[in-house]
Amino acid sequence: MEKRIGLEASIAVAEVVGLCDADVISAYPITPQTHIVEHLSEMVADGELQAAFVPVESEHSAMSVCCGTVAAGARTFTATSSQGLALMHEILFIVSALRLPVVMAVANRSLSGPISIWNDHSDVMAERDIGWVQIFAENAQEALDLTIWGFRLAEDQRVSLPVAVNFDGFILTHTIEPVLMPDRESVQAFLPAFEPLMRLDVDQPITMGPVGIPDIYTEAKKAHQEVLTQSYGPIVETLDAFAKSFGRQYLPVETYCADDAEVLLLTMGALGETAMTAVDQRREKGDKIGLVRLRLWRPFPFDDLIRAVGKVPVLGVMDRAISPGGPSPVASEVKATFYQQEQRPKVVEFTVGLGGRDTPLSDFDGMFDTLLAVHRGGEIPKPTIIGLRE
Amino acid sequence: MHEVRFHGRGGQGAVTSAELLAHAAIAEGKSAQAFPSFGPERRGAPVIAFARVSDQAIRNRTAIQKPSLVIVLDPSLLRLVKVDQGLQPGGTVVLNTGRDPDAIRKDFGIQARLATVDANHIAREEIGRVITNTTMLGAATAAVAGMVQTQLLIEALDERFGRIAARNIKAFTRAQTETRIVEAV
Repeated sequence: MEKRIGLEASIAVAEVVGLCDADVISAYPITPQTHIVEHLSEMVADGELQAAFVPVESEHSAMSVCCGTVAAGARTFTATSSQGLALMHEILFIVSALRLPVVMAVANRSLSGPISIWNDHSDVMAERDIGWVQIFAENAQEALDLTIWGFRLAEDQRVSLPVAVNFDGFILTHTIEPVLMPDRESVQAFLPAFEPLMRLDVDQPITMGPVGIPDIYTEAKKAHQEVLTQSYGPIVETLDAFAKSFGRQYLPVETYCADDAEVLLLTMGALGETAMTAVDQRREKGDKIGLVRLRLWRPFPFDDLIRAVGKVPVLGVMDRAISPGGPSPVASEVKATFYQQEQRPKVVEFTVGLGGRDTPLSDFDGMFDTLLAVHRGGEIPKPTIIGLRE
Repeated sequence: MHEVRFHGRGGQGAVTSAELLAHAAIAEGKSAQAFPSFGPERRGAPVIAFARVSDQAIRNRTAIQKPSLVIVLDPSLLRLVKVDQGLQPGGTVVLNTGRDPDAIRKDFGIQARLATVDANHIAREEIGRVITNTTMLGAATAAVAGMVQTQLLIEALDERFGRIAARNIKAFTRAQTETRIVEAV
């Protein structure tokens, strides 16, 4: 039986890591992720969770510990944010190349400099190429659901890859809201015991992570590319299985009011909810506006995105990060998706909510007005930063 | 939808107040959010916290710029902060003060509906410490009917405060009866 309770997203995620019976948690506290590992360390100290909590001196070490414990066959969780994720950088590639199914919560926060503890997506965007499955939650419920699902997918032997569950720092991590908390039995029924593809075992020694000489490196990269791309099938299958078990259906790409829309705005993460309210208000005035909500970031769901946009002629893309000197990361991917398509929308690029800048409903109105102007035949504006003080 | 802003000083429990309000609303089956002003906090410095309460699902992740209810935990903040900033028409300001509401209105130019309670006095007598967050929740429920059920808020207090819950609940219920309300100008 599920229980409806008020919980901070951070605490909700920590609680379900407990329901998933994680064997090892290794983490270093960093704002705004701290509540997750604080709560997990309490659960372990209080004996509620029979796990090893490995405190470390840095995120580099946290991810290195995770690498070792998953390799030994332990269900392993960590969480981080911003500079902490950046400090893990080199190990993130190794964990995925070794096909080690770590589950990590990323409480998205901007990167320094200037120093900022507030929310945007620049931390995860700097880790685009780490070879992990990367998914985004829009609210606390999704954060906890996708954490449960993350273990199931990561440990699926067809996949055996690490999963990063992204949820917006502060906006979600520090907000108490109602969630449906599943019970231990249903989580355990959904999540089989972890059976690793290969296991580090002193009695049957093997080597993991040897040097990739030029004779093998290219093939290893091709294999990684293939397994992450092909994880799409198991992703959809396990999301369906999650829906059967818990009644909440998630898709790689979701839409809102898109069926008859003349213009669409693409969002990723928690601002998708505010965007829905903004759409509701404009729909009441008769504006045919809809949303595309990108949930799965890696593997990138090209076909789902093409289907979601359909024949809608104008697509706005909201980025929560910038790529100085180049196009913003989500817009870049979206444009690449459509470049070779016969039917492709005009793409309008918006950068929104950097470093904790609030995105009020009026900002959405401004973006919708821009999209409708393009729909009426106006020129496609240059990429715009929304909410800029000038 | 009720949109609530709490003003306090770091350590006075403004964030806890917002959380208790949300928990009580959620226990009633409503939707609610409680969130702090995002960022670092320091004991003694002015802080704000927020809550939303609605009968419908809340799909809004913006800061609360136009609250319908403002709750001020610390009387000294009136001199530092314009506490009725952005208040919605028809909104209410609930103040911790022992002064006459009309005098407050005159001194600080607050035109809105005003509820006052001497929460410092109540908290000192009932709790033994001038921590006014639970007392001010009592005043808020007296000032704004139908936002949350008193009984569910008391249960939320009980769960949060353990062995000191009884004293907080006494302060809370006493504030409900001692709150004075003057309508908007």
